Amino acid sequence: MKKALLHFFERIEPDKKKSPLLHTAYDAFFTFAFTPKTVTTDGVHIRDGIDLKRTMVYVVLALQLCYLFGAYNIGYQHFHAIGQYPGLLDGLHLKLVYGLIKILPIFIVTHVVGLGIEFYYASRKGHGVEEGFLVTGALIPLLMPPDIPMWILAFAVAFAVIIGKEAFGGTGMNIVNIALLARVFVFFAYPTYIAGDEVWVSGLEKVNGVYQTAAYGGVYQFFDGIFNAWGWDTFGAGGAAVIDAYTGATPLALGYQGGWEKIVATYSVSDMWWGFIPGSIGETSKPLIILGALFLIGTGIASWRIMVAGVFGVAFTGLLFNAWGMTPFMEVPWYYHFYMGSFLFAIVFMATDPVTASSTNRGKWIYGFFIGVIGLVIRVMNPAYPEGWMLAILLLNVFAPLIDHYILEGNMKRRARRAKAAAQ
Amino acid sequence: MAENTVISAPKEKEEWFGKKERKLLTDPFNDNNPITVQILGVCSALAVTTQVYPSVVMAIAVTFVTAFSNLATSAVRSYIPKEVRMIAQLVIIALLVTIVELFLKAFNYAIWKQLSVFIGLIITNCIVMGRLEAFAMANKPWRSFLDGIGNGLGYGAVLILVSVVREITGKGSLFAGSPIEWKIIGNTSAYMINTTAEGSWFGWYANNNLMVLPTSALLLIGIIIWIQRSYNKKLVDIS
Repeated sequence: MKKALLHFFERIEPDKKKSPLLHTAYDAFFTFAFTPKTVTTDGVHIRDGIDLKRTMVYVVLALQLCYLFGAYNIGYQHFHAIGQYPGLLDGLHLKLVYGLIKILPIFIVTHVVGLGIEFYYASRKGHGVEEGFLVTGALIPLLMPPDIPMWILAFAVAFAVIIGKEAFGGTGMNIVNIALLARVFVFFAYPTYIAGDEVWVSGLEKVNGVYQTAAYGGVYQFFDGIFNAWGWDTFGAGGAAVIDAYTGATPLALGYQGGWEKIVATYSVSDMWWGFIPGSIGETSKPLIILGALFLIGTGIASWRIMVAGVFGVAFTGLLFNAWGMTPFMEVPWYYHFYMGSFLFAIVFMATDPVTASSTNRGKWIYGFFIGVIGLVIRVMNPAYPEGWMLAILLLNVFAPLIDHYILEGNMKRRARRAKAAAQ
Repeated sequence: MAENTVISAPKEKEEWFGKKERKLLTDPFNDNNPITVQILGVCSALAVTTQVYPSVVMAIAVTFVTAFSNLATSAVRSYIPKEVRMIAQLVIIALLVTIVELFLKAFNYAIWKQLSVFIGLIITNCIVMGRLEAFAMANKPWRSFLDGIGNGLGYGAVLILVSVVREITGKGSLFAGSPIEWKIIGNTSAYMINTTAEGSWFGWYANNNLMVLPTSALLLIGIIIWIQRSYNKKLVDIS
């Protein structure tokens, strides 16, 4: 079976000279399905069964739980806001279908735009598509709010891939994390779509000053037909008003207003831990992120040093703020900072990107630690930026080569001294 | 002896506006652009290009200063002692910038306020000083004058290109603040394309706030450099 498939693939291989674009596309999918036959023959290389594509697929696998929960949570937050189906499993089909209808277009647009640009540049430069976009494309939808307009998303992805990656020479040459670059573009270019209290819960609109659910469109009607046939609950017409005193504010926004008391008045600690809070699509559920982190550490893809150092950085800064205690948000117990916001997601999937992180072991400790410190400082001290990990990681991405440089210099000096001592 | 005989070359007829002079004017637009090739004057290009109108005024001001400072410096170039030439050049530039500033203050106070410190900072604009050092100190007044105009206009061309993109995408208008203001796209009925109008096709549109930040000017200049070097192979240095 496998052999027949391989034979079939080899037969349909387009000619490289006659149609470079077609060959590039073919090559991308072929090497995705099979390990390529060619191996490096010269120079000093580790010859291993795992290549770039296999490495990246592990990260995508680790993200799958976040995707699943993200889709559920979009629906959960939507129905939670209007007070329908309060139980976690009530109306599960509605919540999942609602979430999928939101998340699938984001996923598709991200990949069509990103892969399109990647294919174009690969065929222009005449080399194969390195599956560099695989992880970026899997991460970008998880960083976005559920209601992000598609044209903004397409712009952001195009900007990140062209300016962040292709301008620097393609996969593995980028200086800053591409997925975060896409998010930072939306954050600065269209701030009203990705910041504030109103964007994290999807499908709400303001009519005469009161929030209510937008009308459910054609796709929902289609699913309503199916659910009706099975005798299940349906979406209905929409236009339901939100529950009293509903704001849609995230725990971080509340914390800035009134500290820990105000946060727990709206969200319970277990809700925050399990992820039933509004936020970017993939960031909310902490246990699933930790599972992904364990998987990445177990397969040796991501660096545990960066993650542990990041946790230390947050704990250190949190304790410092607790001792200082100038604003109510500073008095939030330091360990609760891990429950809110997107710290775990950022440090596990974003900061550990092997291209942009420090590559020396001691450098990784410094890199991770300062991400924790700077991110928490931005989160607690700056009301304009409710969450700081995006900016902290981008900043440390820029500094990573410098950190590495000094670690190497220090190492060289130490060894020179040791050689000198041995010679005497 | 043969070595001692000086063969005086036939004196070239000095052309008033020949090929070389034309080249002085056109070169700064592409092959020797002050911003994208010499990488001079980027700082003011980031700051003033939010809107087209201030950029145009800035371009005219810089062209005026480069042209006349080149002319003046070139005229007195053999009398300036080498040790104090920087100071001497600065005095000339400062004089011209003061003229520009007072002129703007008197005739267009609004635009002077908008450009504020950047008019004064033309003194430190690297293009002016760079052309004085590189060209005017070694060439005759008329050609220096043309070189100054060429470089000022080359700088202005990039400035206007960047500011057109930034103003349309960032604010939805063109030439805002000037007598011929165009409002192109926005959310009130004053704009040509009103995004909030009933049944508008552009209801999804939103202005790009990144384009208002100076960062975007840097990105746009980077993209201009990228495009320019990808077709003008002369500029690619293989090192």
